[in-house]
Amino acid sequence: MTRPHRNHAGYAAVVAHRVSGVLLALFLPAHFLVLGLALEDAAALDGFLRWTEDPLVKLAEWGLVIVLSAHLAAGLRLLVIELVPWRGTRHGLIGLGAGASLLVGALFLWSAFRA
Amino acid sequence: MTLWLFVLQRVSALFLAPLVIGHIGVVIYAAREGLTAAEILARTQGSPGWAIFYGLFAVAVAVHAPIGLRNVIREATPWDGRGLDLAMALLFVVLLGLGARAVVAVVAP
Repeated sequence: MTRPHRNHAGYAAVVAHRVSGVLLALFLPAHFLVLGLALEDAAALDGFLRWTEDPLVKLAEWGLVIVLSAHLAAGLRLLVIELVPWRGTRHGLIGLGAGASLLVGALFLWSAFRA
Repeated sequence: MTLWLFVLQRVSALFLAPLVIGHIGVVIYAAREGLTAAEILARTQGSPGWAIFYGLFAVAVAVHAPIGLRNVIREATPWDGRGLDLAMALLFVVLLGLGARAVVAVVAP
């Protein structure tokens, strides 16, 4: 008996890959514009960076780090499926990828909130 | 064209994988004890290594993002055809320009 496709971990991986990709594509121009502030002078960039000290902004950055890690993990899965002669399924590795993304997020939080 | 986009997406992904891992490492390292322009620029200004690293990153992401968005938009919305292709080509140019500007901003001595 076949399960509905949405019950497969692979479906979650594909959705995570797409959603994270769209979010990153939306974030990227803003990220480049902020870095470009350094062209004016360091004070312009510092002004923006002071805003990022806000805990809510740090939380958003945490989200971004998780999103980037998740997109990387799901992307690596696709590259393996398409390019690597892997025998059998990659069962369990999707969960590992999700766990690794959360771990990277936790590392970022630990680093950002160390006083 | 679709074949070339498929290949470019995978090739850019192969470049992006190690670059993203490196970038996440830098982000976690830099996040400790607060982030200032001085700390960022002290690392990157005048550095050929960071210029190459982030230069490659900017090019790879400018290629990768529009191709990915094109797929998502085609599959999730009615938008398709030449108009979408032109919009994504424009996005490539915008990302490449903004990305190159950002790299110059942080690595120029």
